[in-house]
Amino acid sequence: MTLLLAITIGVLYACALYLLMRRSIVKIIIGLLILSHASNLLIFASSGLRREGATLISGDATTLSGTAPDPLPQAMILTAIVISFGVAAFSVVLVHRVHRAVGTDDLDEMRSTDT
Amino acid sequence: MNFLLVLPILLPLLTAATCLLVRRSRRAQRAVALVGSSGLLIVGIMLVSTVMRQDVIAVQISGWIAPFGITLIADRLSAAMIAITGVVALCTIVYSIGSIDRRREFFSFYPLVFTLLMGVCGSFLTGDIFDLYVWFEVMLMSSFVLLTLGGERGQLEGSIKYVTLNLLSSAIFLTALGLLYGLVGTLNMAHLALRIENVPPEQQGMISAVGMLLLVAFGIKAGIFPLFFWLPASYHTPPAAVSALFAALLTKVGVYSIFRIYTLIFVTDVMHTHVLLLWASGSTMLVGVLGALIQRELRRTLSFLIISHIGFMLIGVGLLSILGSTRWAELPSDSLRRGAVLLGLAGAIFYLFHHIVVKSALFFLAGVIERLEGTDRLGELGGFATRHGALAVLFFVPAFALAGIPPLSGFVAKYALVSASIRADQGVLAGVALVAGLLILLVMARVWVLIFWGEPKEQSDTARRRSDVVRLPLMIGPPIALAVISVAMGLFAGQVFRYAERAAEQLLDPSAYISAVFSGDTNVMHDELRGTDRGTP
Repeated sequence: MTLLLAITIGVLYACALYLLMRRSIVKIIIGLLILSHASNLLIFASSGLRREGATLISGDATTLSGTAPDPLPQAMILTAIVISFGVAAFSVVLVHRVHRAVGTDDLDEMRSTDT
Repeated sequence: MNFLLVLPILLPLLTAATCLLVRRSRRAQRAVALVGSSGLLIVGIMLVSTVMRQDVIAVQISGWIAPFGITLIADRLSAAMIAITGVVALCTIVYSIGSIDRRREFFSFYPLVFTLLMGVCGSFLTGDIFDLYVWFEVMLMSSFVLLTLGGERGQLEGSIKYVTLNLLSSAIFLTALGLLYGLVGTLNMAHLALRIENVPPEQQGMISAVGMLLLVAFGIKAGIFPLFFWLPASYHTPPAAVSALFAALLTKVGVYSIFRIYTLIFVTDVMHTHVLLLWASGSTMLVGVLGALIQRELRRTLSFLIISHIGFMLIGVGLLSILGSTRWAELPSDSLRRGAVLLGLAGAIFYLFHHIVVKSALFFLAGVIERLEGTDRLGELGGFATRHGALAVLFFVPAFALAGIPPLSGFVAKYALVSASIRADQGVLAGVALVAGLLILLVMARVWVLIFWGEPKEQSDTARRRSDVVRLPLMIGPPIALAVISVAMGLFAGQVFRYAERAAEQLLDPSAYISAVFSGDTNVMHDELRGTDRGTP
């Protein structure tokens, strides 16, 4: 299972980086989205995959009994998902505005501010 | 007392919220923004005076003990950064009141500036590396909107590059955090420092790899060679107030993060990580200034110079490579290496302070010139000194402080860095720094001659019309204040440098930092040092 996940993450990174190197800004945005998915999955995988149940402390106990998966990576992934959602919304609007202002989605046509 | 640590984050947040509430009235927004930024400056000064008495102060948010809770911590470096952020914030707000157009003010310009400041202050104060990621995102998100606000074509084109490369850097940052958590099972920076000491040798390679991933992430944000291309493509496109704010603070947050994690966490394999930093610093210095030499517009020239200066600041951390496998704190107090590393890092911290002040002053002045002349193309400017003699003098101070002419502040910083490199047997690096310094002087002299000397060029009609409506005193006040601070930093270099030296000592010997985070809870620290309870849960 870990191997499968590792390969998936690798493929996702490769796809994302390939898309980032394209000239079309729409593809770049898709690349960025895939990249954030890849890193979220990586956090999930690197904290270790386990078959145990949820990390819950039963009502009358004060500490966790037995072993349980670490909930922190999931909290981190949740934070990262929220952030990447906001960023994605902004970048989609940005692409739209750029397309309207420049009239193309080709990055090579957007060199007026380069040096 | 420890409430003081929350204020630099809380105050900008409240100011941003209040500005949004009164967004229908420009006058009310301006008043709130002025109060908020002055408050931030006062809090920063109080923070500096507190850490000068107590060395390191830390607070655990909502009382969860470290490493489980959220830690906010200020040592001398962070406190001084907050204070300087306050100075830049106040100057930016005053300058914006004088220069930002109606439309941008109505489209929440001030709230965005304050959320940006919140992200910047949060990055300086956090003691947790995942929080650092979150604060980076807060800062980036506001900077994206500030950069595009107004929607001019140049702004949009520049921001595509800015947004893409910064999001790429965030993704790399997040990847590194995932790997780091998998390896050592914590993300609290003090806790990381303790645990990485005990990482088994076979995992050392992975730790260094994570360190390098973080270097790429922070390197993109700081603008080091070869990762800086977004910076000159975007920094000159927004209004001058925004350019100045970005130039002063955004790259410096990247530099601050490099300072923090390469002195606190990734110090176990300096022969790889820090030698690479030295190479990066040398090439960044040279490439930045060479890029600046061929620019034809003032703000683009200044943008390239930022990159060159980032290279200077990296020398300080890179010099840690001469320590090899020994720790700085373990060296005898009369050791040459100990002195060289301390001098280098103190010089870099001084450089950081000086550069924020001077570079924002120059960007503000670039905006003034652009307002008066209607252009910042160096070829179309000229003879400015005959009409605005005082402005020529005002521009002279930060321009030549940047170039490192004594007795201005840049000289002390460059001198410390070059002499530290020589003492550390890094003669080539010292040579590169001197050449880059000379070229910076050439760039600034060229800019000054092109703008202020020669025959005045024909003023365009738009420029004359614009200069009628300009509220000039508000735009000139901030650069005057910053120039005064720069001169004062040069005149009182002894005091400022001693502060930087104490800050560098705290970075190099993080025991006070670590025990402040665990509030002296020696049990946790001893367990960690014995290596019990290691690895992922």
